[in-house]
Amino acid sequence: MAQPLVLFKNRHPNRVATLDEYRQSGGYAALERFIGGKIDPGEVVRLIDESGLRGRGGAGFPAGKKWEAVPKNAPFPRYLVANADEMEPGTFKDRILLHTDPHCVIEGMILAGYAFSATKGFFFIRPSYDSSAAIMERELEIARQSGFLGKSILGSGYSFDIVVHRSGGRYICGEATALLNAIMGKRPNPIKPPPYPTEKGLWDRPTVVNNVETLACVPHILRNGPQWFKDLSLTSKGAGTKLFCVSGKVNSPGAEELPMGTPLREIIEKHFGGMLPGSEFKACLPGGASTRFLTSEHYDVPMDFDDLKAIGNRLGTAAIMIFDQKTCLVATTHNLMKFFARESCGWCTPCREGLPYMRELLWLIENGEGKEEYIDTLRSMCKQVWNSYCALAPGAAEPVASLLEFFEDEVREHIRLKGCPFNAKAGN
Amino acid sequence: MLSEELKQELRKMIADAESSREKAVDVMLDIQEHHLWMSDEAMEEAAELLGMSPLELDELATFYDFIYRSPVGKYVIHVCDSAMCWLEGHQRVMDHISTSFNVPIGGTSPDGLFTLLPVCCIGYCDRAPAMVINRRVYGKLTPEKIDRILGRLARDNEFHPPE
Repeated sequence: MAQPLVLFKNRHPNRVATLDEYRQSGGYAALERFIGGKIDPGEVVRLIDESGLRGRGGAGFPAGKKWEAVPKNAPFPRYLVANADEMEPGTFKDRILLHTDPHCVIEGMILAGYAFSATKGFFFIRPSYDSSAAIMERELEIARQSGFLGKSILGSGYSFDIVVHRSGGRYICGEATALLNAIMGKRPNPIKPPPYPTEKGLWDRPTVVNNVETLACVPHILRNGPQWFKDLSLTSKGAGTKLFCVSGKVNSPGAEELPMGTPLREIIEKHFGGMLPGSEFKACLPGGASTRFLTSEHYDVPMDFDDLKAIGNRLGTAAIMIFDQKTCLVATTHNLMKFFARESCGWCTPCREGLPYMRELLWLIENGEGKEEYIDTLRSMCKQVWNSYCALAPGAAEPVASLLEFFEDEVREHIRLKGCPFNAKAGN
Repeated sequence: MLSEELKQELRKMIADAESSREKAVDVMLDIQEHHLWMSDEAMEEAAELLGMSPLELDELATFYDFIYRSPVGKYVIHVCDSAMCWLEGHQRVMDHISTSFNVPIGGTSPDGLFTLLPVCCIGYCDRAPAMVINRRVYGKLTPEKIDRILGRLARDNEFHPPE
């Protein structure tokens, strides 16, 4: 079967698709039909619900359900936020999407806004994606001039505009409630719901936060129907295609659009050039740094939300980081913990204090100063950090817990040898 | 210390927002375009424009990776040290820049041209190892490529508007 391209169908090497190209491929037809035709917003929600579209940012929450959570009688203004923070290590699919077909994201934002009568959209983007931010600003103006964005879109009476909000750069800003604080110019600590942002978000008004890739699926679903979207998936419970970004020890790292549920083996061997010469698959993190190590035992797992859940893992952002037999996973996990400890916002104690402690223990093990009891301490810490305020620390514990579950021998060998059998350098 | 022209520009940007604080990061990034970093003086003037206390603004300034509260060089080199870049030799990149261009890690070269800092994953894992310099990203770094990029910056004054 040919690879079905939806989000990447206008992909050109080193060039962004223009508005004309997007329109020729069916772009803005959904906007014309639903907003131009003044179709009830409830119909948009119903179709997205039926399509089975789940959030592509990591949590996999059904997109239609999130829009529905905005109460019908909720006050105005209402806000939509496109989350282009994308700071999960290994993840870069949204950047490639924005550099491929920005209007697909813009149309998705407008239609999502229409679904719950939002009045303004924020496009929240990290600083290292400044080139993507500039593309968005340019293309938003083009959409505005074409009547797709701004006051009374296509004469429908529905008004919606989008601004680009540049972040100063911190991982926690990708967490929805922290992101809202960031937009409001407050220190971006997460806020524990309830109330959920869909009731009280930006300036206490109803706010929906959606991932960029999730939004990009919306116009295609509305144009082609929910069944078409479901049929794109290789698994019966899945829906749509998925942008997989693969990095590490493969021949052709990058991002490709593949059917949801494509087996991991096929992704690695057929679509990303296979393992590097001399490299054998040892493990991968299947969905970013806050997922669990996946071993060769599950090399054939279909890459979908439910199938990964069934083996105790998560699809996350579908950012697959691949490690070979020469990679020291203790050093790798130490590096991941270094990231999480640095990026903790510092708001709550289990995360602020717990993560550096875990990083320290891993460093000691990697550098030959490890003790057997550290393994139990690490295991206990993996549970303790669940007492923290948001999902950052529990996510950070996933690679550690799975390191101890699947590679305990490798950890013990470090302790026994008083050093790293791979001669990896953990760094400080 | 901020020029009247810059202040006008920032006031206009703030007036367009839902609430003035929303523009806090943009205001600081803009000021850094002109003054490289956020001095106490710049913080006070920016806070006034934003209708915040300097302390409230400092809560943000000290939180974000790309807002500098200490003097930095004309070009701030952030080398990614997260998983994929680490695996592909981020330390070699740091060491090469440090020795070849006389930049202490975590510090600034004596000529004030380069500052060298680590940064968390910048989303260029397919092009590891990677770095970002004044919000422009460079990937698949080799010593030769680094020499070319930094050599050009050392010669060329166009990348960054002169003060």
